[in-house]
Amino acid sequence: MSELADNVATRRTTPVLQRILHLDVQLVTALLLLSIAGLAILYSATDRSMEAVQSQLIRMAIAFATMVVVAQIPPDTLRRWTPWVYLGGLGMLGLVLLIGTIGQGAQRWLDLGIVRFQPSELMKLAIPMAIAWYLSMRPLPPSLLNVLVATVAIGVPTGLIILQPDLGTALLVGASGFFVLFLAGMRWRIMIAALLAIVALIPVFWLFVMRDYQKQRVLTLFNPERDPLGAGYHIIQSTIAIGSGGVFGKGWLNGTQSHLEFLPERNTDFIFAVFAEEFGLIGVLHLLALYLFIIGRGLYIAVNAQDTYGRLLAGSLTLTFFVYVFVNVGMVSGLMPVVGLPLPMVSYGGTSMVTLMAAFGMLMSIRTHRKLWAS
Amino acid sequence: MANGRNSDDNQLRDRTGEKRQFTRRTFVAGTGVLALMGLLGGRMGQLQVAGHQRYSTLSQANRVKLVPIPPNRGLIYDRNGIVLAENRPNFQLLVTPEQIPDMEATLSGLRQILDISDAEVERFRDLVARSRSFEALPLKVRLTDREVAVFATNRHRFPGVEVEARLSRHYPHGSHAAHAIGYVGRINEQELQRLDSRGYGGSSHIGKTGSELQFEERLHGESGLERVETNALGRVIQPLGRRAPEPGDDVVMTLDSRLQRVAEDALGDQSGSVVAIDVRNGDILALASTPSFDPNLFVNGIDRATYAGLQENPERPLFNRAVRGQYPPGSTIKPFLGLAGLEHGTVDPDDTYYCPGYFTIDNVNHRWRCWRRVGHGDMDFASAMAQSCDVYYYNLGYELGIDAMAAFLGRFGFGRKPGTGIPGERDGILPSREWKRNARGESWYHGETIITAIGQGYFLATPLQLAHATSVIANRGLSFPPRILRAVREAATGKTVEAAAPEPERVVELDNPEHWDYLVAALERVIHGERGTGRSVGSDLGYRMAGKTGTSQVFSLGQEEDYDEEKLRRGLLDHALFTAFAPANDPRIAVTAVVEHGGSGGGVAAPVARKVMDAYLNPADGGGDRV
Repeated sequence: MSELADNVATRRTTPVLQRILHLDVQLVTALLLLSIAGLAILYSATDRSMEAVQSQLIRMAIAFATMVVVAQIPPDTLRRWTPWVYLGGLGMLGLVLLIGTIGQGAQRWLDLGIVRFQPSELMKLAIPMAIAWYLSMRPLPPSLLNVLVATVAIGVPTGLIILQPDLGTALLVGASGFFVLFLAGMRWRIMIAALLAIVALIPVFWLFVMRDYQKQRVLTLFNPERDPLGAGYHIIQSTIAIGSGGVFGKGWLNGTQSHLEFLPERNTDFIFAVFAEEFGLIGVLHLLALYLFIIGRGLYIAVNAQDTYGRLLAGSLTLTFFVYVFVNVGMVSGLMPVVGLPLPMVSYGGTSMVTLMAAFGMLMSIRTHRKLWAS
Repeated sequence: MANGRNSDDNQLRDRTGEKRQFTRRTFVAGTGVLALMGLLGGRMGQLQVAGHQRYSTLSQANRVKLVPIPPNRGLIYDRNGIVLAENRPNFQLLVTPEQIPDMEATLSGLRQILDISDAEVERFRDLVARSRSFEALPLKVRLTDREVAVFATNRHRFPGVEVEARLSRHYPHGSHAAHAIGYVGRINEQELQRLDSRGYGGSSHIGKTGSELQFEERLHGESGLERVETNALGRVIQPLGRRAPEPGDDVVMTLDSRLQRVAEDALGDQSGSVVAIDVRNGDILALASTPSFDPNLFVNGIDRATYAGLQENPERPLFNRAVRGQYPPGSTIKPFLGLAGLEHGTVDPDDTYYCPGYFTIDNVNHRWRCWRRVGHGDMDFASAMAQSCDVYYYNLGYELGIDAMAAFLGRFGFGRKPGTGIPGERDGILPSREWKRNARGESWYHGETIITAIGQGYFLATPLQLAHATSVIANRGLSFPPRILRAVREAATGKTVEAAAPEPERVVELDNPEHWDYLVAALERVIHGERGTGRSVGSDLGYRMAGKTGTSQVFSLGQEEDYDEEKLRRGLLDHALFTAFAPANDPRIAVTAVVEHGGSGGGVAAPVARKVMDAYLNPADGGGDRV
């Protein structure tokens, strides 16, 4: 009974933003701060292009609007839609391979006449939804059979995305599915066995699946000098940018690495290096702390979700967000191979931002649509 | 499987245990996140604190830059190997605005030693406003050797100004086929956004219109990279390594430059268009639009006055009439409609219909007039075609009805893009109940059916659409999708790869194939019959031609007004149209000619089309179709 009373009391005291708009104040605040930091550094990275800032601002507005819309959908509705979202996304992925138009050297786009649509983006949401949906209807921790079913459900779309080929997105999509399994309590021994299997499969991947440019990127990580014209140059220049920023940074708009055009792709995937050069370690730690706060808040929402579906979904989406941050910052600072993942809410570009904010919309929905009785 | 909100409860489950399990796992994950974030933080500390000194030095000594090398753009040829677009080396005076302390002083200083016109300065200022920062922009192109030498001796006075040998796009034939070939221009901000930065590194130009735009991907190639050592000012000291650019592929168009020239000359200083199609494969042999313009003006930025002149010219030289010009097809629609009438049994080839000079329907107080006010008398199918009797077709259209009309004409491609991929292709308008409801939100009236039957009213078609539809008649229902790309010469292999031959499609299948014979015979009578509206071109022809004249009204006359050409200003004169194919018994070429405000189709447009056909079919006159 005390839980009921608690919930009733919580409902009365929740802020307006949360009660009416179904938004989580803390998350919204942190995301807005992040967006502002992103716009500021974008202005610098694009050599003070107001045009770039404006179009990024429009994308952010669309992304935030998407978040607000998604937050209005109660988790129960999300759960009911899940199988259809997953199957629809899977069908479209197949379609992309068949008829997708070539965009940026890889088949990722589906031309819908007015807009071009990237089904792999939808899968970033559909996979955690689907796995959470499947596992939440079964006793946990999941049996070996259920783990296998889930693995197939994750593996097929991930494989299709690898075929496009879009390794970065495949990594995110695969990870998001794995996180659901992990949070659902998949046994450690299954995970260890799977890990061993993956290690055993690496040579197969290397020989038969990975494209040449992908192999180059991995090799370059271990020895940047071997490809000083390509990815190696990126890493060398970005570590110089970060390192030369020092503790206090060179100051906003004063980064020499970026403004003298030594740093490639400084508006998109490598924008973190511009940030680190201009704001120094202090700025970097603040930015990382902001990301950490968002992740912490996400996990808090997950732990306090009212049902298994909400818990698993919220947890997986949050951890996937972390993967974005870790892979991007790791790549720019030379810890990871160059995988084309943007820095969330900071890199220039729109497609993934909308998906990301839709994910936060789901988190907020889980947080704010509370039933009086938890199940 | 369970469903509904209590699905979980159908199985015996330890809910608290599951929740605790989740919390535990979340804790593990959270710890992992913290540890990895710590790793990132540590890495940053390693770079920014421990490594700061070293990286700071590296940053100041950073002298290695990647300089993109733009690829050479592919050339454009006509079908016989005549170069239509090429790259010419020339010396350009390049100015990097960000490196100039005082632009006015620099400009006036440069103008003292070099001959730089006001127009060039103005063009340059526009360029500065529209370009990316830190880009070297041409102030003057095609410097003479003397000018290069003069600048070289004065170079120290002008930091940020350089003379560089660059390749620039050149269209050797000027305004010849300019609409079809198109032109390149400097990459603008919008284009920059969607371009692949790697492939276009160092490229300053991109296809803007015509084939230059349509085949941009093939023509451009991929940029290379050079790793260079620079001095403190960013000037290159020595190259360190290089990845060569991949040059663009050459594009071979289906155009026959010679035929195109004949078409342009035949149009002369009249505004209009000629489209010629090889009916045996859909190759577009000529795609002329007059007046034309010199595409070379656009390559390095056009000055404002010249551009305004082109824009404001009432004859609209920049407008590609061949694919974008939408004209009422007028009587040139009659062959298609006549065939519909035969096929639907609305008319019989031998039956006659009496033309008193006007047409009426019951209960409507309106007379639709024939172009020949005194009337044609008894008309059968062939004579109505040859003399272009409007009343015969008013009746045919009225009996047929708009639905059957629209459905049948649609099969010839009216009302939709020909699908060549030529930038800017227009759909035209094929009027139908559905079209009117969608476009105007109104229902269809009988009277509109009647004027649609003579290609007036809402009906619009482009010259390309008419030429293609004519080729479908020539092929007796078989449609070769028109195409502009003949082959691509791949730069990497040096091999010429023919463009995939378009798959012909049987778009019109007649219940009675003899109707094709009736139609072609009637169209021959237009040219060769003694009362044919196209008889002026029929004399001393070395081959049989089948065609149809058309005159499309630019404005409508009140029913009792007199039509007096003499009194009309030229701008109000009707458009003259002509569409035909030849030889009639073994068709090889279809030609459509439109002369804006030309007056009569038979008198003005037909001779234009005939010159093109003569040039193609009579090799004695200098050519024939070399393949």
